[in-house]
Amino acid sequence: MHIPTVAELIAKGESPEYVFWVGCAGSFDDRAKNITKAFIKILKQCEVSYAVLGTEESCTGDPAKRAGNEMLFQMQALSNIAVLNGYGVNKIVTACPHCFNTLKNEYPELGGHYEVIHHTTLLKQLLDKGKLSVEGGKFKGKKITYHDPCYLGRANGIYEAPRELIKKLDAELIEMRNCKSKGLCCGAGGAQMFKEAEKGTQEINEKRTEEVLKTDASYVAAACPFCNTMLTDGIKGKEQQEAVVVKDVVELIAEAKNL
Amino acid sequence: MAYLPNFLFVVVLSVAVAIFTRNIRQILRNIQLGRPTDRSDQSKARWNNMFRIALGQSKMVKRPIAGLLHVVVYIGFIIINIELLEIVVDGILGTHRVLAPYLGGVYPFLIASFEVLALAVLATVIVFWLRRNVLRLQRFLSDEMKGWSKWDADLILYFEVVLMGLFLTMNAADYALQLRETPGYIQAGSFPISQFLLPLFETTTTSKLIVFERVFWWAHILGILGFLNYLYYSKHLHILLAFPNTFYANLNPKGQFKNNSTVTQEVQLMLDPNADPYAAPPPAADERFGAADVTDLSWVQLLNAYTCTECGRCTSECPANQTGKKLSPRKIMMDTRDRITEIGPILQKQGEKFAGDGKQLLGDYITAEELWACTSCNACVEACPVDIDPLSIIMDMRQYLVMEESAAPTELNAMMSNIENNGAPWPFNNQDRLEWAKTTN
Repeated sequence: MHIPTVAELIAKGESPEYVFWVGCAGSFDDRAKNITKAFIKILKQCEVSYAVLGTEESCTGDPAKRAGNEMLFQMQALSNIAVLNGYGVNKIVTACPHCFNTLKNEYPELGGHYEVIHHTTLLKQLLDKGKLSVEGGKFKGKKITYHDPCYLGRANGIYEAPRELIKKLDAELIEMRNCKSKGLCCGAGGAQMFKEAEKGTQEINEKRTEEVLKTDASYVAAACPFCNTMLTDGIKGKEQQEAVVVKDVVELIAEAKNL
Repeated sequence: MAYLPNFLFVVVLSVAVAIFTRNIRQILRNIQLGRPTDRSDQSKARWNNMFRIALGQSKMVKRPIAGLLHVVVYIGFIIINIELLEIVVDGILGTHRVLAPYLGGVYPFLIASFEVLALAVLATVIVFWLRRNVLRLQRFLSDEMKGWSKWDADLILYFEVVLMGLFLTMNAADYALQLRETPGYIQAGSFPISQFLLPLFETTTTSKLIVFERVFWWAHILGILGFLNYLYYSKHLHILLAFPNTFYANLNPKGQFKNNSTVTQEVQLMLDPNADPYAAPPPAADERFGAADVTDLSWVQLLNAYTCTECGRCTSECPANQTGKKLSPRKIMMDTRDRITEIGPILQKQGEKFAGDGKQLLGDYITAEELWACTSCNACVEACPVDIDPLSIIMDMRQYLVMEESAAPTELNAMMSNIENNGAPWPFNNQDRLEWAKTTN
């Protein structure tokens, strides 16, 4: 499938409605690439006008900022803003809550004003507009639990869009003990993804995995590529990969539609 | 001699209020040692926040048991304080139950309400004590709660038990004297609770009973004035500071961390090919990136520290703490307060000349290990019933570690150099960003 880039559309005198900000994980991480692909398939099916920045995209700077390197963060931010403003971008959609949070909340003060939307919110909007239809398919009657990414939930108050999408799958949505505003972190945020954890009695993702397993769900839906990695590792660590599968919300929908 | 009690009362009251005022001013001056941050915007939303969260206790009741128990003590505290007004007027004028004639039928209702609330507070405070000392709830037993913090928490509860007990015995003695139609004790009030204490005084002579009544009355007001001045030395300032703290709280989305504007200027110069590097104003000499000590923090962060009542909801929700790491958001707030209390008075005396005391918040109080354990998940911020933000302090201190000391963990340095060189936290070539598209069908 051909993936349109912003550069080529602009060259043709067109401009996409949305820039799909793929993010580092969605671009380079083998597991997260599947999330990107699933989202692309849905965008195409719903005839959403989009393009990616391709090689012109660079890290938003989120992990640098959370690690304390404000200089590197702002270098990334100001370069990205120069690219985005150069193309006159208005709307950005992304499947990564970290990119979402940084673009939406931290770029405006630096001169980057865009309407930034998380992919689960866009899917919900497409559903409401009747452009996207979701049926249960292979997930019908299955137990699914949803893990709230911190940077989507607490950080930005988005709890319902992903849940409503999951409910559309005719599946049974089971909540974990800690959910929504009390959701337990997967352990990856604040640049922890890129380092070993400090000494403790347990890994955070292991603790969250235990909460997942208690729900007896066959799928745990995530809405963040980093949560996805942490939960996948946690489930492997408990040797439960046969029993529970980690999927992004958009993967569930794409698979239910046999895309 | 007849006016001796009035005189003594006025002296005691004046001294207590003077010490209290001095202490509060000391705290305000310490808070002002923080860096400026503008919280003068969105006043409507700020009032709203204060009404909902501080006055309305909306975040308190998210944990229903502790929340409802707290509401009882909170309402009791506010309502019973109305009685304090009468006690102070009586003390100054040498009157007894001075408001009774003016309030008519409302007066017995008020006194009855105070009594019912006093009993409710007494019962609740005992439950609080049991939670700490018998049920031994996990969040009250963390390392930072050992020693003085444990004493402080229990002492506050003992204070309240004694105050409520004195209030009820004072009323009981008064009621007994009223029943005996003792001169000076007007028939006023209604005593639904303290009437059950009457049998205590059945065999007491009237002259002794008058002494008892006076002793309880004095002990009660002295206790209140003592408690007022104990606040400064305790963790209990939230009863006052919860209001400004929720008013000045961060109203932005929790994921939005502040951008450093000095850095923005520098980066803009770096990225602008036409910029004249010599035209830039030199950065202020004392300006450093992030926070190593309390004076690098903002006044709101220092206000947060004074507001913290060490309930530990933040720590009990913290994923790092739950998995045995050293980080405890509550300890971050307690350390910040301890440090500002330590250097605040010295700084105010020596001002610009203050050369430091060889210690700082980072390292001597809060270790790098604690700071690097944070996942920035905002669970602590969400959990705080009075909108304290421990995460902002953690992030400021990380910024100091990385930008001033280059002391990031090795793996994070690798991650950052990847971003610098390849535009991604992993060592992938940026030219391969669209590789995934080749395998998309």
